[in-house]
Amino acid sequence: MVVLTQATYDAIVAHARRDHPDEACGIVAGPAGSDRAVRFVAMANAERSPTFYRFDSAEQLRVWREMDNRDEVPVVIYHSHTATEAYPSRTDIAYAAEPEAHYVLVSTADPERESFRSFRIVDGQVSEEEVRVIASAELTAR
Amino acid sequence: MAIEVRIPTILRSYTDGQKAVEGTGETLASLIADVDGRHAGLRDRLVEDGELRRFVNIYLNDEDVRFLGGLETPVADGDTVTILPAVAGGSWAASDRIARVAH
Repeated sequence: MVVLTQATYDAIVAHARRDHPDEACGIVAGPAGSDRAVRFVAMANAERSPTFYRFDSAEQLRVWREMDNRDEVPVVIYHSHTATEAYPSRTDIAYAAEPEAHYVLVSTADPERESFRSFRIVDGQVSEEEVRVIASAELTAR
Repeated sequence: MAIEVRIPTILRSYTDGQKAVEGTGETLASLIADVDGRHAGLRDRLVEDGELRRFVNIYLNDEDVRFLGGLETPVADGDTVTILPAVAGGSWAASDRIARVAH
């Protein structure tokens, strides 16, 4: 299960809608070992493509270093699919390199209603998990 | 001569869990070979057919080595080399749900 505050959920969806039809991507960082996704960080898609995303390498270094300094990890890694379903593609699976992360996928294929799903991708195996959206105060208390 | 090599989570199985190891070398290529000598298998995750793997980012201090000299980038005592797997993917082949693809 991935737990997100409403504010974080909304920020991810807003980013996906804003970048549509290009894929949007980013992370939600949280304290190492806590599994709490608290700090939303939208990232640039260096590919700027409707079918592929890649974190800009310089930005990734800055963000990863900052997480290291704050003793955080990327609890959530999100990206959007703009014409297909919110399910990890073969490339998503092939490149998933953070086994502890929750891989959130948002589909903006339908302009009226986004599809928002989350997955664990470990050793090439995909398992879907529940997305639970809560009020901010609840996240701090977990 | 010591160069710090920072290891991402997914490659720490090669370094007994250590997040950083030390190595020596005049170039990134020789540094990687040196580190691989003590942590066998690490090189294969970074280099394929004599080239840096496309979806691994390697940085010399603050710069992506792709913009320096790639594997031939000179390295020196006191430098820090950081390895981060690229974060990438996309909807290409979304219809294909085959789970296992070799990196």
